[in-house]
Amino acid sequence: MSDTLRIALTVNGVPCEKDVEPRMLLADFLRETLGLTGTHIGCEQGVCGACTVLLNGDSVRSCLTFAVQLDGAEIETVESLGSVEDLDPLQQAYREHGALQCGFCTPGMLITTIDLLQKYPLASDEEIREGLSGNLCRCTGYEHIVDAVRAVAKAQAERDKGSSP
Amino acid sequence: MKPPAFEYVAAGSVEEAVSLLAQHDGEAKVIAGGQSLVPMLNFRLLAPAVLVDLNRIPGLDGVTEHDGGLRIGALTRHRTLETSDVIKARFPVLNAAMQFVAHLAIRNRGTIGGSLCHADPAAELPTMAVLLDAEIEAAGPDGERVIAARDFFESALATTLEEDEIVTGVRLPALPAQAGWAFEEFARRSGDFGIAGVGATIALQDDIVAEARVALLGVGQTPLRASAAEKALQGQRHDAELIAAAAEAAREAAEPEDDLHGSADYRRHLVGVLTRRALEAAWRRASGEAS
Repeated sequence: MSDTLRIALTVNGVPCEKDVEPRMLLADFLRETLGLTGTHIGCEQGVCGACTVLLNGDSVRSCLTFAVQLDGAEIETVESLGSVEDLDPLQQAYREHGALQCGFCTPGMLITTIDLLQKYPLASDEEIREGLSGNLCRCTGYEHIVDAVRAVAKAQAERDKGSSP
Repeated sequence: MKPPAFEYVAAGSVEEAVSLLAQHDGEAKVIAGGQSLVPMLNFRLLAPAVLVDLNRIPGLDGVTEHDGGLRIGALTRHRTLETSDVIKARFPVLNAAMQFVAHLAIRNRGTIGGSLCHADPAAELPTMAVLLDAEIEAAGPDGERVIAARDFFESALATTLEEDEIVTGVRLPALPAQAGWAFEEFARRSGDFGIAGVGATIALQDDIVAEARVALLGVGQTPLRASAAEKALQGQRHDAELIAAAAEAAREAAEPEDDLHGSADYRRHLVGVLTRRALEAAWRRASGEAS
């Protein structure tokens, strides 16, 4: 065990200050230290996407980032979305389209979708599939996830059109 | 798995980072984006005593004009290269290659300096560095030096960088005016490392090749330049047989090995096909035809 270092960061809007071992991955920090078990750990090598969270607004693999690097950072996890009683529109779309079965990949899929929606037009299925290709799902065959993302992207495009002068 | 224990220092300056590396005499590792390093730590393929984090060093990222070309700071993220208008305008081949780099979450974090220092011969940025005759800026205890990309990559995952040096930036000398370009890569799944890839640029003068470059990805211990293919094209006019001969020369220049993802023969075959496609596309662009 090496010496711990103190970090102060904001997670889902809540400021927190913790002592961490340098080798502690952000994924383990979220799950073990903060008890935010919505972020799932699949491969621990950046391939499966299950642990994807937002770091200062951009999606990152929390298994490829050390908590100790994140002093001053803002992290958002799947817990920042809606609750069971009050789903976020994105979660609602996943639910309506049956975009999950076991649910293991879902937190990473949701967070990835948020970042894709803010960076790409997602105007075609090809673009949606390309965007989701960094997140592995072993249940759904992806079809229903693509359906959900397409619906949300379309709704967003229509909103953007409506709001422009 | 979980990474082994290490000490962590966030360097505040290049000088501090270099002095930390020198002080720990080969026992310290640099972390930038961490997208190749952290998997290796998680697998315990590496166990450095100290991690020196470059992410807090001010001014180490960004794309700026340099001597007619561009200079890219070592800490510039893949996502910036993917979206930079100045790169799209000046080095469209680099922009094209960025479309093949991993997935969004990795591109948000990964850096050009990190990718070059990791030196995976199947990665796009080392191949681009070799294609574009990049000059790599390194800072060490004795000051700065500039290393030509072709002298930088020594072997797979090995560079000529000293243990107490860090890469601070990458210079891309301007391409000849109106140079045509193309990047072709084949991978089984989107975002995977390519099984083989080819980058090419062609500059024409009165329909005759003034300069041609061909770089190969994933078919050697380092990214390769297919010099014989380049020489075959020099001074020639467009001709299907010429392109076929250059593609054959590139195929022969490849030094692939068998692995899980493809046999050496398959990779060599891909180099031939991808070189032909890349040269045709580059030639079309060089002669001003719509791409």
